[in-house]
Amino acid sequence: MIKFDSVNVVFERKNEQFTAVDNVSLQIDQGNFYGIVGPSGAGKSTLVRTVNLLQRPTSGNVFVNGQNVTSYKDKELRDLRLGIGMIFQHFNLIKNASIFSNVALALRASNTPENEIKNRVYELLELVGLKDKADVFPNLLSGGQKQRVAIARALANKPKILLCDEATSALDPDNTKEVIATLKSIKENYPLTVLFITHQMEVAKTLFDEVAVMEKGRVVEQGSCYDIFAHPQSQAAKNLIKCSIKGVIPEEILAHEKDLYLITYKEECAYESVISYISRQFNLDISIIAGNIEYIQKKPLGRLLISLKSSDEQSKAKALAFIKEKAFVHEFNGEI
Amino acid sequence: MNELISSTVTILQNELYKAIYETLIMLAISFSLSLTCGTVLGFVLYLTTNGHSVKSKIVNKVTSALVNFIRSIPFIILVVFTLPFTFFLVGTKIGPIAASVPLAITATVFLARLVEIALAEVDKGVLEAAYACGASESLIIRRVLLVEAAPAILRGITVTFISLIGFSAMAGMVGGGGIGNLAVQYGYYRYETGIMIFTIVFLVIIVQIAQHVGDFLAKKLSH
Ligand SMILES: Nc1ncnc2c1ncn2[C@@H]1O[C@H](COP(=O)(O)OP(=O)(O)OP(=O)(O)O)[C@@H](O)[C@H]1O
Ligand SMILES: [Mg+2]
Repeated sequence: MIKFDSVNVVFERKNEQFTAVDNVSLQIDQGNFYGIVGPSGAGKSTLVRTVNLLQRPTSGNVFVNGQNVTSYKDKELRDLRLGIGMIFQHFNLIKNASIFSNVALALRASNTPENEIKNRVYELLELVGLKDKADVFPNLLSGGQKQRVAIARALANKPKILLCDEATSALDPDNTKEVIATLKSIKENYPLTVLFITHQMEVAKTLFDEVAVMEKGRVVEQGSCYDIFAHPQSQAAKNLIKCSIKGVIPEEILAHEKDLYLITYKEECAYESVISYISRQFNLDISIIAGNIEYIQKKPLGRLLISLKSSDEQSKAKALAFIKEKAFVHEFNGEI
Repeated sequence: MNELISSTVTILQNELYKAIYETLIMLAISFSLSLTCGTVLGFVLYLTTNGHSVKSKIVNKVTSALVNFIRSIPFIILVVFTLPFTFFLVGTKIGPIAASVPLAITATVFLARLVEIALAEVDKGVLEAAYACGASESLIIRRVLLVEAAPAILRGITVTFISLIGFSAMAGMVGGGGIGNLAVQYGYYRYETGIMIFTIVFLVIIVQIAQHVGDFLAKKLSH
């Protein structure tokens, strides 16, 4: 469990104060796969780094497993960090040390007896599928493999919490999939609370249970991943999610078609039949411009872009009211 | 021509052993001292650079000023300047052991800066990851900083060693003896061109070997 209680982080920049994290309060429950998304410079990294005190909050408190850790120092701080794994965008492996030594570092940090280190390192490398790479040096591995080594290192001391700062952002799609698969399988077999920063919405969809959206140091929206994708409230969330569906619709259509509506169906709903039903019932000319279904947290989320043409405004309003009972409807102007 | 060669050979027969011995003494003492002190001093400089405590700020300022002070003194002046200290330390002002004192001092501060630079080049992200693992300062120094900076430190050590060879020739002039002294005494003052050429070739070979060994080791440690 992680709890941020009115956390502020203020940086001094040439006599100027810059608030990177602005009064953030959040709670991340045990076992959650929690995502933080937001534009560059939103303060995501800074916030996450307060959990293991790589960054000390200027004010406010951070609780880890119920303990207020904000003022931890020295031994107490090192013990806290042993219980929190962290992986980074650029892997941060020791490049002049073998994969074995990289993972062993974390075990040495916890004063694991030398004779146990070997077995434990191989066990960890097995977990991430890199047992045969123990004697190799990091520069011979692919990005995905490097990140898996970093995961092995992060999990070495059996932490309860894993922090991931843009862990897949430096990887190509194949390597991203590989790392995500590794994280998912570890999460399934191991009681871990994950706090994961990303700006890749595809990654967010596949991984997160809950999401917080950050902008300019603030958490502007927070909730279940499904709800935020289905029905984003804040402009920041809309901007982020827009990117993931707007690409499907050609600019030309947006320019020519009028009366466009975006219908977002939540969960199971046979929307094809709804469309044909209203088309008949209200005598409307409906054309389907685009549609897609994606799965978020294993639940389907369907989107349909339709154009509703009718000379009769009244039946059009009725039709929209009918759909609204079943789904979210937005007038579509390139945004959602 | 024959005369030149035979005179050169005679001089070498009489003087070379002693000269090599003296150079070896100077290098062995000053190199081993500067290796340890310079590396430690380099770590001190680096570790106190971003220190937040008042203590580390003071240590950094003092060491840094001292290093700059020594480095700004021309070596030949340093030799004279340290004579009383040398006498106090080893009981004599001449000979290879006495010459080792200023040599060690110069090489120490030289290497200290090179080690500091090498450490500063270590990727901050890697250090951060190590801190995030819960590693202690000493574990990070031994297992991260030293490992990551090793190739650059080794190159610094090579450069230091090579400049020590040069400086030891200068120290020779003020009573340290050694190969450099041989060149000056015979090659320069007595116009023994053969000796001059011999010592130059000899030193070039030594420097080449040192550079190659250094490069080889640095390459082995970097991945
Ligand atoms: N040590 C620091 N000193 C001064 N300013 C900092 C420091 N660290 C971060 N900042 C500033 O704080 C703001 C938030 O940075 P942060 O790295 O948390 O953003 P982010 O949301 O992680 O962005 P990105 O997606 O680019 O990683 C940025 O404007 C950054 O310049
Ligand atoms: Mg960041």
